[in-house]
Amino acid sequence: MAILRVNPTRMELSRLKKRLAVAVRGHKLMKDKRDEMMRRFIILVRENAALRQKVEKELTAALSEFALARGVMSPEMMEQALMYPARKAEIDVERRNIMSVHVPKFTIGEESLKEAVLSYGLVQTSPQLDGAIAGLAKLLPDLIRLAEIEKTCDLLANEIEKTRRRVNALEHVMIPQLKETIKFITMKLDENERANLTRLMKVKEMIAERNV
Amino acid sequence: MRVMRTKMAAVGEKDVVLAFKALGLTVIPTQTEAEVSAAVRKLAMEKYAVIFITEDAAAAIPEQISRYREEMLPAIIPIPGSRGSNNYGMSRIHANVEKAVGVDILLTKEGNAE
Repeated sequence: MAILRVNPTRMELSRLKKRLAVAVRGHKLMKDKRDEMMRRFIILVRENAALRQKVEKELTAALSEFALARGVMSPEMMEQALMYPARKAEIDVERRNIMSVHVPKFTIGEESLKEAVLSYGLVQTSPQLDGAIAGLAKLLPDLIRLAEIEKTCDLLANEIEKTRRRVNALEHVMIPQLKETIKFITMKLDENERANLTRLMKVKEMIAERNV
Repeated sequence: MRVMRTKMAAVGEKDVVLAFKALGLTVIPTQTEAEVSAAVRKLAMEKYAVIFITEDAAAAIPEQISRYREEMLPAIIPIPGSRGSNNYGMSRIHANVEKAVGVDILLTKEGNAE
């Protein structure tokens, strides 16, 4: 491991020692953060996978029913039936904080959960449409939960990757480098000390010789 | 904590997204890649919180999807089209796991379950 290019002085040494202390502390904190994020992520991502599987299955069913309804009805009738929705799809977004990652929390507004879903009379439309729309409406809370979890997983995965890189950089680059450099400076200072000592002894000897 | 009231939208092939209109979502039917891209950009600008997008449409605009992935809002969620799922959404989850953990730990688990 290459050492940092520094002057081997006491000033530099104490500066490096401080930096090492910070790096070690940072490394420990970062590692804890990573571990906790990982734990939460794994719980969430399991739920995410299960929920997605369920939603995809049910959504495909509802949509194929819808496609059937489209086949039975004329496109104009269809558009007309759906033109004015009976409910409003509004959601409340809150910001939640998971290990200092900001993730959204979605809640469906009350108007979006009203019983009435159908926006049209039953005379001119096919029953498949009713079924498809009822199925979709039932699925909406799951869809929103899926959106929330999936976004959370996206953001967490990103943050975990970043944190892991930081941990590795500290562990394998910064900390060894600092340690090595500190060692180098200590050795150099000790060497200087010894050189000085021998020089003094030599001088003392020379003076003693001259005085004889 | 500040609560924001926002709307949802659906983007993709007309056959699929029209169904969401009944639920009150804003619906933008698209056919070409450019239309999808424009729709998503417009919805993101208008602060929609959740955008459901069909898998085929999502596959057409990978750069945009990955850009919005790193931001808190909007959440762009792929949904299967009327022809069923082509695993686009699932592969996203697996990619996430691989990114975070290093290996895909879900893969083996699912293999056992099914």
